[in-house]
Amino acid sequence: MFERALVGSRKYWGLIVVLLAIIGVGFICYLKQLDYGLGITGMSRDVAWGLYIANFTFLVGVAASAVMVVLPYYLHNYKQFGKITILGEFLAVAAVLMTMLFILVDLGQPARVFNMILHPSLRSVMFWDMVVLGGYLLLNIVIGWLTLDAERKGEKPSAWLKPVIFLSMPWAISIHTVTAMLYCGLAARPFWLTALLAPRFLASAFASGPALLILFCLIIKRFTKFDAGKEAIEKVAQIVAYAVTTSVFFLLLEFFTVYYGQLPKHMIHFHYLLFGVEGYTGLVPWMWASLVLACLSLYLLINPGTRRREDFLAAACAAVFASIWIDKGLGLIVPGFIPSPLGEILEYAPTVPEILITLGVWGVGFLVLTVLYKIAVSVKEETAA
Amino acid sequence: MMKVSRRGFLKATGLVVIGLVAKPLFDTLSRLELPQLSARLGTLTGKRLAMVINLKACLAKDGCSDCIEACHRIHNVPDFGNPKDEIKWLRTVPYEDAFPELKHEFIAKGLKGLPTLVLCNHCANPPCVQVCPTGATWKREDGIVMQDYHRCIGCRYCIAACPYGSRSFNWRDPVPFIKEINFGFPIRTRGVVEKCNFCEERLAKGLPPACVEACWEKKVLIFGNLEDPNSNIREILHLHYSLQRKPYLGTNPQVYYIIT
Repeated sequence: MFERALVGSRKYWGLIVVLLAIIGVGFICYLKQLDYGLGITGMSRDVAWGLYIANFTFLVGVAASAVMVVLPYYLHNYKQFGKITILGEFLAVAAVLMTMLFILVDLGQPARVFNMILHPSLRSVMFWDMVVLGGYLLLNIVIGWLTLDAERKGEKPSAWLKPVIFLSMPWAISIHTVTAMLYCGLAARPFWLTALLAPRFLASAFASGPALLILFCLIIKRFTKFDAGKEAIEKVAQIVAYAVTTSVFFLLLEFFTVYYGQLPKHMIHFHYLLFGVEGYTGLVPWMWASLVLACLSLYLLINPGTRRREDFLAAACAAVFASIWIDKGLGLIVPGFIPSPLGEILEYAPTVPEILITLGVWGVGFLVLTVLYKIAVSVKEETAA
Repeated sequence: MMKVSRRGFLKATGLVVIGLVAKPLFDTLSRLELPQLSARLGTLTGKRLAMVINLKACLAKDGCSDCIEACHRIHNVPDFGNPKDEIKWLRTVPYEDAFPELKHEFIAKGLKGLPTLVLCNHCANPPCVQVCPTGATWKREDGIVMQDYHRCIGCRYCIAACPYGSRSFNWRDPVPFIKEINFGFPIRTRGVVEKCNFCEERLAKGLPPACVEACWEKKVLIFGNLEDPNSNIREILHLHYSLQRKPYLGTNPQVYYIIT
């Protein structure tokens, strides 16, 4: 089945070459980082996590969101999603792969990463996050590949695959829950210390992931003979609409508790994020951009007239993606460290090598995704013909 | 023969599984040791190392930094000269930053902005140990929170979990920034976390911590064993009103502050 990835149009190969170039640049920067140390990034004494962990968190959400097309199809027998479950599963594969790479590039001593397995500490949420992410990657590779292979042969997937697919659904929820627990169990960081974090993560995940999936469906439709179908895309758009609404609602709940409760150690971090503290306003424009984009997407998605129009839908999905990338990326990680536990403020901004390494990791993800989607779409085109 | 329905069988199996898994899982995830256990360990080792800092007697306000210099010299702590890369085992911060919840408009004159020594608190219930994914940081039976520079993978989860900002990361190679290398103590490589170790290497030789020794005559720093009811440190804590940093977090810091 893989041989389908080795034949393609000029455009396909052009995309591959561009992605390889981005990966190459990122890799060179990573070698520099290995040589100099993580000080090459914008991270500092006070801000211990930055762009890498921000992208990690965001992408766990994208990975988890596959369940939003898998669940209606397998559990509710919603046939319209039959064509796109494979796209969701392969998106999850690429996203989980990126999360793992982001953790790896964030490690000070990547050569020692196997200490996580050699000397596991069961009390550490990071250990459990490794377990659930690894398991989820495996589940989606197996499920995606075998169902596609069965489709190619015109057979039904093996019977044993059914329980594995059912397992993948709660597993998807688990990866984002455990990832939230990385943060929301730290009493030292009041910004993250909220039981609402996991629900917030899930809500924003079910918005950003399916939004990305819609964008991919529209792109694939334009460049290949594979069409996910109007009804399927419309249904996913509804899911995104509900999820964005829930996500914004949760965010507002958080604002209420923090600002009405007025606990200074909670409030100061939100203040830094939304208005700046002592003249330090590094994240303020980003966060407001995120809020404006969220409102824009809400308008475009709730209004059926705009949601059903492909161009508006694409704009709305792009807005959702960008809004949540900010809110759940740098907007979530960095304010946790600013001000520091001692009240000091050392602002954070990613450096050029840090950004190029980040793009390199996204490049790897998109390369894997391109190859997997190429295989999937080729199989779909053959079976349709 | 008793007939067991599938439903009943599944129910019973489920209960058994939950019963078997729940307790160990809770114990593993829970940070608090069982009281009996810690009491037993206490009597076995008979040690709970702690430090008292006499805030007002400290001469840091007059520019003294003997203890900091001694600590950083002995432990090969580099000086990068910038806050971004900074590594600090022992440092001073304004009183209000060390005790943010005690900050108000009318803090006593002698305390306002008073340089306050801060270091790893060697918490009795350390969150850094709880989160470390590789066991590179752990608590010894005498209470010292240790750091293994060779097992640390540099994920910095412990830095996120520390409520006191007591942990530093080697953002770059520290060696060129060490004034004079002490070959009796390991230097660190880039990409690992480090912090105050209560001078466990000196304690093993029967010496007091370097900071305590550097300040021996002024008696600002008192180090001792809280399990020993006749110890000097117990007596001082008995006689004075004392503070811990952020006690409401339940970490139970073993560095105490007295204001005399």
